[in-house]
Amino acid sequence: MTKEEEITLQKTACKVRMGVLTATHGAKAGHPGGSLSAADVFTYLYFKELNIDPKKPKMANRDRFVLSKGHTAPGLYAVLAYRGFFPVDDLPTLRHIDSYLQGHPNMDTVPGVDMSTGSLGQGISCACGMALGLKHQGSAARVYTLLGDGEIQEGQVWEALMFAAHYKLDNFCVIVDHNGLQIDGPNDVVMGLGSIPDKLRAFGLEVFQIDGHDFYAMEEALHAARQVKGKPSAIVMETTKGKGVSFMENQVGWHGKAPNDEEYAQGMAELNAALAELEAV
Amino acid sequence: MKKIATRQSYGEALKELGELHDDVVVLDADLANATKTDIFKKAFPERHFDCGIAEADMMCVAAGLSTTGYVPFASSFAMFAAGRAFEQVRNSIGYPHLNVKIGATHGGISVGEDGASHQCCEDFALMRSIPGMVVMSPADDVEAKAMVQAAYEHQGPVYMRFSRYGAPVIHGADSFTFEIGEGEVLRDGADVALIANGLLVAEALEAANLLAKQGISAQVINMATIKPLDEELVLKAARECGKIVTCEEHSIIGGLGEAVCAVIARQGIACSVERVGVNDEFGHSGPAGELLQQFGLCAGHISEVTKGMCKEL
Repeated sequence: MTKEEEITLQKTACKVRMGVLTATHGAKAGHPGGSLSAADVFTYLYFKELNIDPKKPKMANRDRFVLSKGHTAPGLYAVLAYRGFFPVDDLPTLRHIDSYLQGHPNMDTVPGVDMSTGSLGQGISCACGMALGLKHQGSAARVYTLLGDGEIQEGQVWEALMFAAHYKLDNFCVIVDHNGLQIDGPNDVVMGLGSIPDKLRAFGLEVFQIDGHDFYAMEEALHAARQVKGKPSAIVMETTKGKGVSFMENQVGWHGKAPNDEEYAQGMAELNAALAELEAV
Repeated sequence: MKKIATRQSYGEALKELGELHDDVVVLDADLANATKTDIFKKAFPERHFDCGIAEADMMCVAAGLSTTGYVPFASSFAMFAAGRAFEQVRNSIGYPHLNVKIGATHGGISVGEDGASHQCCEDFALMRSIPGMVVMSPADDVEAKAMVQAAYEHQGPVYMRFSRYGAPVIHGADSFTFEIGEGEVLRDGADVALIANGLLVAEALEAANLLAKQGISAQVINMATIKPLDEELVLKAARECGKIVTCEEHSIIGGLGEAVCAVIARQGIACSVERVGVNDEFGHSGPAGELLQQFGLCAGHISEVTKGMCKEL
């Protein structure tokens, strides 16, 4: 990746973060914290990694992305909108009655959403089914799923990981957004996770650990994951919840709360300033 | 009369379906031997996926597979398919309207010796409550096989309940046709209608024989599809007879009986309904045949209940 490409991605991620604020502010609800921690990986996946076409959202040989941590729909919707799947202007209708932008991703209503999710632990299993199906039919398409760190407390996640390793799903990449915080507090206070990479390795995955806000690291890890044969891969991203909006960063209270008018204005001002700075480079 | 457990029919039907259609895949959760999906596995090992003892994962894997163009049949015991994995079926199959077929064997009390932990009498209730879910339970081998074929042809989620215990084969294979959502009048009668499904269809037919000897003319309807219910047929029976006895190997709460009552109540037809089923209690271990007798899921009890309704005749 060139420096220029990195800056382009950073600018896009900035817009995705603005989309998160705009959507949750418009909804007066939703989950900005985990949407912001994952904004960079959303951006990298949809603008660099995935073989997709916004004009053909159901293209048979497309790569799939399943947002297992479905509550961060504002982040997914923002990146899909900026990638051209639907109008950015629709983001503020999030969670409104009769809007197609449901509180959690709905594959029946939102172009580009590959699986309806929201009940934690299920998305990764659905993604396993997709990876199995694609592999079985000899497709070159890959499947990615993004899990929250709190989400891996769901037992089903480990059923899915066993399945992925057993069926040698090397077209499958599990990404864990490790921002360390969940609704009731830090992971280790709510239900200690231990070493996530060690656990994933023990379940038979090839594990990469990266800074989840570093596009170079993302490129390297996702490239390496593509080379893994005979087993699924996992990328554990160390991230900051609320990343990019100063007063939301590392604040558990912003897990599932929308910014009010004043907070929205401040957050947008910060992101606009960051964008201007990137444009000046 | 020849008896065949409909789980056997399920396994054989899957194999036939596999021969006709490349997109049929079968999932099981370490019970292939018991659900009889091993018959399919033997014929098509590359299209049979064991998910291990992980029913929740299996249902979602089936959901994901269906999005890539396959038609998955996810199989386990009713207790685990409908019970343990309820929320996975609801959120990952039902809500996105995915084309997944659930083949649940070992439904009801006739599981027998395994006891209450495995005797699922709640699956109709659970599955009926999911929007868009088709819920069915066949009376015999012939119907079970036709049902599997119909499930494949139907676009959308389907739940089928099969039995471990042998069911008398009451249908002739050559003339039989099956449509989802259509009840079948097996016997005409004017005094009372017995509406049954699964193992209790044969019992209802036998009950009608017993009743005939006592001068009661009982109509017998096989209601293999619980949802969508053949409301027209229910209403016709209610109008004709004014008395209905529902017969199911399921809790009297939430199953065929309540579905029938709801239709009749909504139309305001004067028709009394008795529900023969499991009376809000758990089962226990024992030979299936004896359990069915003990819990009143048999011709004798059905005819007694019916006689009670027809006292004035």
